[in-house]
Amino acid sequence: MTTLGTRPLDSFADNDQKPVGYGRMLRKEDPRFVRGLGHYCDDIQLPGMLHMAILRSPFAHARIVSIDTSRALAHPKVKAVVTGADLAEKGLAWMPTLSNDVQAVLATDKVRFQGQEVAIVVAEDRYSARDGLELIDVQYDPLPPVVDVRHALDPDAPVIRDDLEGKADNHCFDWETGDAAATQAVFDRAEVVVSQDIVYPRVHPAPMETCGCVADYDRVSGKLTLWTTSQAPHAHRTLYALVAGLPEHKIRVVSPDIGGGFGNKVPIYPGYVCAIVASLVLHKPVKWMEDRSENLISTGFARDYLMRGEIAATRDGKILAVRTNVLADHGAFNGTAAPVKYPAGFFGVFTGSYDLEAAYCHMTAVYTNKAPGGVAYACSFRITEAVYLVERMVDVLARELDMDPAELRLRNLIRPEQFPYTTKTGWVYDSGEYERALRLSMETAGYEDLRKEQAERRARGELMGIGLSFFTEAVGAGPRKDMDILGLGMADGCELTVHPTGKAVVRLSVQTQGQGHETTFAQIVAEELGIPPADIEVVHGDTDQTPFGLGTYGSRSTPVSGAAAAMVARKVRDKARIIASGMLEVSVADLEWEKGAFQVKGDPTRSVTIQDVAMRAYGAGDLPEGVEGGLQAEVCYNPENLTYPFGAYICVVDVDPGTGAVKVRKFVAIDDCGTRINEMIIEGQVHGGLTDGVGMALMEMIAFDEDGNCLSASLMDYLIPTALEVPDWQTGHTVTPSPHHPIGAKGIGESATVGSPPAVVNAIVDALAPFGIRHADMPLTPSRVWDAMQGHPLPPV
Amino acid sequence: MQVPAPFEYRRATSVEDAIGLLGELGSSARVVAGGHSLLPMMKLRLATPDRLVDINDLHGELGYVRVEPGEVRIGALTRHRELLESDELAAVHPVFRDAERVIADPVVRNRGTIGGSLCQADPAEDLSAVCTAVDATCVIRSAGGTREVPMADFYRGPFETAVGDGELLIEVRVPRRPRGSSAYEKVERRAGDWAVAASAAALWLDDDGRIADVRVGLSAVGPNTTAIEGIADALRGREPSEEAYAQAGAIAAERCNPVADLRGSVEYKRHLADELTRRALRRAVARCRGEG
Amino acid sequence: MKVSLTVNGDPVTAEIEDRLLLVHFLRDHLGLTGTHWGCDTSNCGTCVVWLDGEPVKSCTVLAAMAGGHEVRTVEGLERDGELDPVQQGFMQCHGLQCGFCTPGMMMTARALLDRNPSPSEGEIREAISGQICRCTGYATIVRSVQWAAAYEASQAEASQAVGSAS
Repeated sequence: MTTLGTRPLDSFADNDQKPVGYGRMLRKEDPRFVRGLGHYCDDIQLPGMLHMAILRSPFAHARIVSIDTSRALAHPKVKAVVTGADLAEKGLAWMPTLSNDVQAVLATDKVRFQGQEVAIVVAEDRYSARDGLELIDVQYDPLPPVVDVRHALDPDAPVIRDDLEGKADNHCFDWETGDAAATQAVFDRAEVVVSQDIVYPRVHPAPMETCGCVADYDRVSGKLTLWTTSQAPHAHRTLYALVAGLPEHKIRVVSPDIGGGFGNKVPIYPGYVCAIVASLVLHKPVKWMEDRSENLISTGFARDYLMRGEIAATRDGKILAVRTNVLADHGAFNGTAAPVKYPAGFFGVFTGSYDLEAAYCHMTAVYTNKAPGGVAYACSFRITEAVYLVERMVDVLARELDMDPAELRLRNLIRPEQFPYTTKTGWVYDSGEYERALRLSMETAGYEDLRKEQAERRARGELMGIGLSFFTEAVGAGPRKDMDILGLGMADGCELTVHPTGKAVVRLSVQTQGQGHETTFAQIVAEELGIPPADIEVVHGDTDQTPFGLGTYGSRSTPVSGAAAAMVARKVRDKARIIASGMLEVSVADLEWEKGAFQVKGDPTRSVTIQDVAMRAYGAGDLPEGVEGGLQAEVCYNPENLTYPFGAYICVVDVDPGTGAVKVRKFVAIDDCGTRINEMIIEGQVHGGLTDGVGMALMEMIAFDEDGNCLSASLMDYLIPTALEVPDWQTGHTVTPSPHHPIGAKGIGESATVGSPPAVVNAIVDALAPFGIRHADMPLTPSRVWDAMQGHPLPPV
Repeated sequence: MQVPAPFEYRRATSVEDAIGLLGELGSSARVVAGGHSLLPMMKLRLATPDRLVDINDLHGELGYVRVEPGEVRIGALTRHRELLESDELAAVHPVFRDAERVIADPVVRNRGTIGGSLCQADPAEDLSAVCTAVDATCVIRSAGGTREVPMADFYRGPFETAVGDGELLIEVRVPRRPRGSSAYEKVERRAGDWAVAASAAALWLDDDGRIADVRVGLSAVGPNTTAIEGIADALRGREPSEEAYAQAGAIAAERCNPVADLRGSVEYKRHLADELTRRALRRAVARCRGEG
Repeated sequence: MKVSLTVNGDPVTAEIEDRLLLVHFLRDHLGLTGTHWGCDTSNCGTCVVWLDGEPVKSCTVLAAMAGGHEVRTVEGLERDGELDPVQQGFMQCHGLQCGFCTPGMMMTARALLDRNPSPSEGEIREAISGQICRCTGYATIVRSVQWAAAYEASQAEASQAVGSAS
């Protein structure tokens, strides 16, 4: 036998630690990335490809008086200019958002936020497309904008959404959860009640790769191919079919390599729709890539909640109830990407990790003249806001009770024997050993010693702070009885084929933006089938090659598609067992599964490997009665419940008393995501999220001036941590498997982003205790810390 | 991504050639060196020059740090990294190394130049404060010859300098005076960010160890960097002390002219002018005494 | 205008617009798409390449300015089919997730190690501080560079041992 002398790039990832299943394994995707051979959206070059650029509104709120495109059209390299009026003729000027609102594709009547899409230019190259934008003359009639969310519902506030029939105010929705009366009763009798206004500012996921696409309509086949920065290619395909009226089987959505998503790439943006329209009209491939400003000013932001937190407790530190009232800024269109029945995402888990008697939340969401969005930036559907609220409130209470915040948490954490635990807002936490995780974090950090050091430093006038947070996440959306996005149930398909030589292909609906799916999912199948991960190809991100599913966000890939991958592998194994029984001429019941092989019970010399079975499945000769040839299976996994990862974080900061500058000195993160598939990848996910948390706590904010101009429109102004702002992370873990997940895994992608902001802020507020303050809002820039030290911490609005 | 509007690219082969090109092209031309201020502005189309004159090939002529007995001469095309790494410069004016550690980031410092930094005239730019503190003079050449402009006259407003059409900044000269040292203190929201405020201080002692002269330049707290008047008069002849630094800080806070923005409130920036001036003086004195 | 330069050791001549940015020249004209772009303001560092051996942000260099100079990109890191130790280090230590900042990070890391074969953690953090990674939290990037430094030190030691034995 000859062997072709080819060595695939991904063979370089092999290493001697490679397991047959779970464990640390180098990533299969890395060999291409370290060579610069990743294939991202902007890397796509097609013959005859045109380039699109978008003209955006300079005003936050203005009526469009006129648009003159003639000069742009006269540019020799400009092929087309499209305005909202042009789209309106085709019925495409508006599109549905993921929250059943509508959003303008290109503005027709007026612009509602700075950066809103007004017109597009399609040209032969990207430079000319940009030049074309300069040649469009738009006359605007500026209107007063609604910028301060606290005044959005004032009776005299300008009405933003006059496109909606009968709309006379800026109210978006009201929502409540929990039991208002029961909670009031607890508050009435509580010994200690504290309240605190807390702002979670508007932030932005700002993945390093901006959003974009290449739309290619082939008029011969009538098929549209869209390469796009999408975290949810299947959902996008269905929505394009519904919006544009294209037949769904004639749409192929491909997510190539994606340079980070963090929720920014879940929604459908007007630019995608415009590129599709341009390709349909011009019969050419059309590429559109945002610049960084466009990304920051127009695409899915995150947070923007003004929260009043209230907490009730006994004098000796038993937390009784938590109540909150939230004012949510949804921008000009409700573009929240969350399951339909959850307009506030999963904010309902604001009861945290504590055993409460009652809880209640009331929320009012409003429209403002700002970009739409709201659910993004690794927030697990607003659990970031929920965890931040409750973890800040617990610290506020600790201060009120003069109790150590670790001690207060230990007294109130849900106990292991209480699981499954139903919270007062109706969430069923699946499993947890909370105290063990918190104690491990304290031990790892040397908590007692840190407190001693702090006392010594305080005596010297130094400002050292120690902050804790304990979080519970709710991830893996979700059970289709409760959860859908625009009517699409949140179950995930998965297909597995084992080829005759025992090499396998697993096809997934979820899509990686750096999470390492090509490795993790190969390991899941490897664990179940005993096939080496190197022999398992993970296919994802292409709707023509993968089964339907809802995509990657909300830490749902492992909880949902990870389960699907395990289940489909088990289905294949079940079939393989029958074939093996025929090969070994024993009954199925007489076979034992040793990872990778079936053997006859009590006679290890008689066995067949999964590879032997695969060859037999396709080979000559009869198969057992009723068994079809081939070795493949498909499943669609509908999760029974969400999974509830949790963690305990401790942050140590030093604040410069003279300048207010904060240095994060140490950070300990103990995570529990249930069964761990690849330690290395899990640790990486945690590290990234911790950095997000430091970023939000210290510097990240999308700010506006009073005219609605975005002040954070570049990476010069929207600050993201560099290597110098973050410490060397200390991570650790406990393992509490999910009881209902096939492999006990819970999801980890967003845990650290959710859990770390309160740890950092709690540490800073702790450092500032000598100044008598108990809260300061993010982002805690030197200036804002100094303001707090002067006794007037300011909200960032 | 954002791209510049069309322009004509010209590459200068010598200082003479550059000055010839600039003279010929007049106000339609801009000089590009490191490009890290100009090119982003051109991409935003805030700057739309018809022609760019690339002077990077003049690095052989204009990229140098020469420490001479009476002064230090720094070529305008000296890159930030070269300033940072110059031990000779750090020995006589450590404020340069202090500042260069916190100017932008290492990759930008590989490309950006002292001439570009000064000519950009950004109110938050670091080397302007440094050059102000050490009493530098800018050497500007045109077809008609060279002229020397002290830092006090170099800035004409935000983003405006004394360098006119047809002129090129070619050198920065820094006098050397005995028994002196200097330091730079900056607060930024994040590494690589523009200063919230920064203070460059240079200080000279007399034979008795008393303060002979002090110069302080502040960054990001006024429309341009200028020397803070009055500090030298207040401190001259006094022993270096916390009281003296505090007085200097108070003058700096009072005489600066910050505006509120996302980097900080007016009160905070004034506070930083005070605090950072104290810190810079403290460090400069320690260095004078060989303690730092 | 016509521009001639050397890219990864190969001479290249092309007709370009005067205003063409180096990053677009590399990506769109030469198909070297390993160099990315992530901002417009030279803040993110995904576009870092070498110009005459120094890391620069290629979104803030005109292609014309690179004329007559030597450019090296991530595609030029691998030599004779062998990954550079920096590339190996990034794989070994999970120094990348989405891979978008990775080429720029590796170019800077390679330049650092060429000047300073055993950098401290602080020196590595400083070196990459003009480059943003949104995925890794930097610790694994630091470890990747340390891995490469250690690997190169061990290789040097081994070749010295061979040298002294022969």
